[in-house]
Amino acid sequence: MTSPRYTRTAIALHWLIALALVGLFSVGLYMHDLPLSPQKLKIYSWHKWGGVTVFLLVLVRLAWRFGHRPPALPAAMPEWQKIAANGLHHVLYLLMIAIPLSGWLMSSAKGFQTVWFGVLPLPDLIGKDKELGEILEGVHSILNFSLAALVVAHAGAAIKHHLIEKDDVLTRMLPFLNKNR
Amino acid sequence: MNRFTLATLALLAAAGSAGAVEYSQVQANKSTLTFTSKQMGVPVDGKFGKFTTTLAFDPAKPAAASAKLELDLGSIDAGSKDANDEVVGKSWFNLKVFPTATFVSSAVRALGGDRYELVGKLTIKGKSQDVTAPLTFRQEGGNGVFDGGFTLKRLDFAIGEGAWSDVSTVANEVNIKFHVVAAPRK
Repeated sequence: MTSPRYTRTAIALHWLIALALVGLFSVGLYMHDLPLSPQKLKIYSWHKWGGVTVFLLVLVRLAWRFGHRPPALPAAMPEWQKIAANGLHHVLYLLMIAIPLSGWLMSSAKGFQTVWFGVLPLPDLIGKDKELGEILEGVHSILNFSLAALVVAHAGAAIKHHLIEKDDVLTRMLPFLNKNR
Repeated sequence: MNRFTLATLALLAAAGSAGAVEYSQVQANKSTLTFTSKQMGVPVDGKFGKFTTTLAFDPAKPAAASAKLELDLGSIDAGSKDANDEVVGKSWFNLKVFPTATFVSSAVRALGGDRYELVGKLTIKGKSQDVTAPLTFRQEGGNGVFDGGFTLKRLDFAIGEGAWSDVSTVANEVNIKFHVVAAPRK
């Protein structure tokens, strides 16, 4: 019997969102210090459109996750590691929801409504408020750096499983390895 | 009760003689001048803090009415600090050379009911354009209240030159709205 892998959908969503998050995080780091220019306005819009898109993908992913239990962790894993892995996954999901929400609210507070791809306006849940906008900017930033740190831990743990425990924790999430199926 | 009745009668009398009332004492603190631009398809609101309106309007003789606006462009709030720092510069308003924008009316037409049309010359950054602004007029608490607006094309006035002339980022059309409250001449 071969050990179970994640579903193709789960694998596709995992890597798509991972790639998008790295991209959005880098763009976010780059753009916030730019001097005002048409290019800056464009990049901000792209970042916001991307954030909304990832938010929707995360919702799809969560829905999929509720309907499809992931394969169990290796039986040999110590209990504390299972709890840590489980907790980390919960926090990652939480941040993937909280980060786009904080960006959306920050945009509203700063007086720049989010209009998805320039077509679909998202309602402003809060009014323009300069101080609140600055607070939310700080929140957005802290949440992002927390996510970045946790993603590093997440990837590090996966690599450790692969290289040290030599189990399938990493490979069962890798695409294009379907020969086990 | 009596006093109230008297006040009502006085008001009615004032309203009855409204034809002879010329609104000209502009209440600067009750008047606003706002605008909405579009950045990447997103409406962004802004306003001007300092402007002087001179007007004379008698609803019975709209054709004789006149209006003049002197706008201190430095009092702009374009929606964010970044934008406020940017718009005073050369490619936008070039505030050092052109600190003031003006509007001088050439005609006021009655469109029926409480609707009027204000026609005049708008000058910004040394460039003049004829503009037509529909507006409504109503009497409120003894004052005349004018609400109207129009759309200007910023590139007609060279507002946002160079890289900023790309209208796919900041739209050419800017909606201007005015709300002017004026008391009758004493």
